[in-house]
Amino acid sequence: MNQPNDAAPVAAELERSAELARAKASRAQLLRTLGLAGGLIVLVVVINVFAHGSFLTPGNLTNVLRQITYNAILAVGQTFVIITAGIDLSVGSLIELTGVVMATFANAMPFGGAGLIAATLLVGLLVGCSAGLINALPVVKLNLPPFITTLAMMLMARGLAFKLAHGRPVPLNSNAFDGMGTGFLFEGLLKPLGLPGIPIAVLWMAAIVIVFSIVLTRTRFGRYVFAIGGNEEAARLAGINVGLAKTMVYVISGGCAAVAGLLYMARFASGSPNTGIGSELQSIAAVVVGGTSLMGGRGSIVGTFFGALLIGLLNNVMDLLNIESYTQEIALGAVILIAVIVDELRKRYLTR
Amino acid sequence: MTGIVKTFPGVRALDGVSLDVVAGEVHALVGENGAGKSTLMKILAGAQRADEGSIEIDGTPVDIDGPRAAEALGIGMIYQEFNLVPDLGVVENIVLGHEPQRGFWLDRREAAHRATAVLADLGIALPLGEPARRLSVAQQQMVEIAKALARKARLIVMDEPTAALTEREIDALFALIAKLTAAGVAVVYISHRLEELPRISNRITVIRDGRTIETRATRDLPQDELVRLMVGRSLDAHFPDLPPVPPDARVVLRVRGLASASGPHDVNLEVRAGEIVGLAGLVGAGRTEIVRAIAGADVPTAGSVEVGGKPVAVHGPHSAIEAGIAFITEDRKAQGLVLGMSVRENTTLAHLAAYAKNGFIDGRAESAITAREIEELRIRTPSGEQRVRNLSGGNQQKVVLAKWLIGDAAVYLFDEPTRGIDVGAKAEIYALMVELLRRGAGIVMVSSELPEVLGMSHRVLVVREGAIRAEFVRAEATPDRVMAAATGVSAAA
Repeated sequence: MNQPNDAAPVAAELERSAELARAKASRAQLLRTLGLAGGLIVLVVVINVFAHGSFLTPGNLTNVLRQITYNAILAVGQTFVIITAGIDLSVGSLIELTGVVMATFANAMPFGGAGLIAATLLVGLLVGCSAGLINALPVVKLNLPPFITTLAMMLMARGLAFKLAHGRPVPLNSNAFDGMGTGFLFEGLLKPLGLPGIPIAVLWMAAIVIVFSIVLTRTRFGRYVFAIGGNEEAARLAGINVGLAKTMVYVISGGCAAVAGLLYMARFASGSPNTGIGSELQSIAAVVVGGTSLMGGRGSIVGTFFGALLIGLLNNVMDLLNIESYTQEIALGAVILIAVIVDELRKRYLTR
Repeated sequence: MTGIVKTFPGVRALDGVSLDVVAGEVHALVGENGAGKSTLMKILAGAQRADEGSIEIDGTPVDIDGPRAAEALGIGMIYQEFNLVPDLGVVENIVLGHEPQRGFWLDRREAAHRATAVLADLGIALPLGEPARRLSVAQQQMVEIAKALARKARLIVMDEPTAALTEREIDALFALIAKLTAAGVAVVYISHRLEELPRISNRITVIRDGRTIETRATRDLPQDELVRLMVGRSLDAHFPDLPPVPPDARVVLRVRGLASASGPHDVNLEVRAGEIVGLAGLVGAGRTEIVRAIAGADVPTAGSVEVGGKPVAVHGPHSAIEAGIAFITEDRKAQGLVLGMSVRENTTLAHLAAYAKNGFIDGRAESAITAREIEELRIRTPSGEQRVRNLSGGNQQKVVLAKWLIGDAAVYLFDEPTRGIDVGAKAEIYALMVELLRRGAGIVMVSSELPEVLGMSHRVLVVREGAIRAEFVRAEATPDRVMAAATGVSAAA
């Protein structure tokens, strides 16, 4: 190839303007983060004054973390699905179905302790992942919209949970799950700091967030998830097994619902067929507030975690301020809308 | 348009471009890919806003702040990818956004009346009831032109209008353009096919690196000088010399009796190491469908494929890639790239297993191979982390090539490898194909540009109605023979 020599200054020019653009982008990012953090601090202080100091206590903040556990775990699975440009409406019902099945199973087992927890989790995962598989097959094989298949699963799983539980909660006989539901770790260590310890359920959440964040950002499977959401046909022609990867995301989502179901069951010492109503929408809200695009191809687990945290803080604050639940729903809806608008405007500013 | 400036992250796309167009002329706008033609036109159409500069129409400064504003000012755009609603009919598409109403209800009769009036003025006949997706590319283009005229456009911008047309359709288009200009409509004509400019344009403006280089009457601007102005250097021969295929070269690809649901049937072909086999034919003849079946993009329903003497069970893209078949698709945006991903992520997408251990991606190895490909293919990008969306068409095409080159395939299937890219990048891609031959690969190339097929193939196979109808060795492949076989004239004679 004959090399044109005037390409060099052009390249240098490009390099320079790219540098400027990157600097501009990172400045914008920094400003945004600083602005957000500053705003949050002011807000938190103001809220704390209004709530007579009950908000900024270690006990309350720990409580918030525990409250968001279920939603954060559901939202991790939901993030995978949404990055492939899909959606999973069945996760709320799957909390219920897996909870009822696991409680019934645990009651029938003659043994207790860690063995029972492991066996119960396994059964829950089997149910959750199978449901995910059933969600995925029509999507993958017949190209049906996931909105419909998971909506159908939502109805079927809830109905099945009610049927199996005869319409009422299944109380746990064993006390093997008490630690997982209400226990703390590192109590002695954290006492001097005024903390009650870290709830065991929060550790489960942390593990799931970290593991799946690594899966999404560092593995081939994670890369394929983004590629499928960005351009499914290009992914297919690159030899990626699109069907398998899409199946996997629904299975992961079902599995996350099973873990959330286990923690729920442990917390309330029963498997209940109506605890998950609306959870699917809460998880979608956390994903979207966390910056994942519903169009697919873009998103992160860490973002989703902060989305769930933001929603949890908001709920908690409004509880502390004695705001009635109807008003809370209005506020929550408004926050979701504002969050996605701000995200969109930020994207436009950055690509300008 | 005067002194237009527009910057994107990492790229100063326009750096003071000026352009003037007078009524009734065809004004060609040429430049290499990435020179800024498309950006300039998007600003004119209101799809993007200029950072600096001014636009005047009939001497009055105007502010084009959106597509509606552009439309109100009489500016019509015909993009390379059409903007028709696939499931609406011809009439509905022509009146789209300006549906005549009687009170609250749509006035179908008035809509049909308006659409047919425009079509009659243009002297073209279209199946009015058909949904747009059933029309040929040329027919869709006519609908776009009619749509612009129905909105009283006085300036129509056409972006690569002939890229997907056959010779006969191009003649029809040029006749149509002549009618438009006779009626006082100005046309801005963007094209990479320099040889058609003397036929169609009155003046030519050359832009390069976001700046206006020259505006001149077409007759005062000979072809070689035009090329020199575009690239800023002179380019000699269009096509490189193809190294001869050694007589004992082994067969790298053998296809027997191949068929697929999308049309191809009983396709037989052989490609030897170091050989380029060109697939010629009219648009819609089934050339793309043949290479898609070989590559597993469409699953073959019959026949066999052998790579390097070994049979390959093609039941999807993955099995073809494993066997050493690389498929460079014709539509890089829809099929070749994940636009929201970086150059690095796109480069390794088809061979990620080689850059991962136990499922975990080795980021350093990935960055290293990407840096090497950027260097070798001279991809103009700030870095491997740039999103492919922000690159120009020619550079996007190079990323697609990088994606397949890192796999060292035995057979490369190129589908329209140089569509919509500039002279300089074309030459680079041809040189790269020769390099692949030296490495012992075999190439099948589909191209709608006859000179390209004739200039870049050792053998030419002519496809018509989903099957191979004729074969010419390079010395015998003349334009008239190939065209005769492609249109079926010789069979009738």
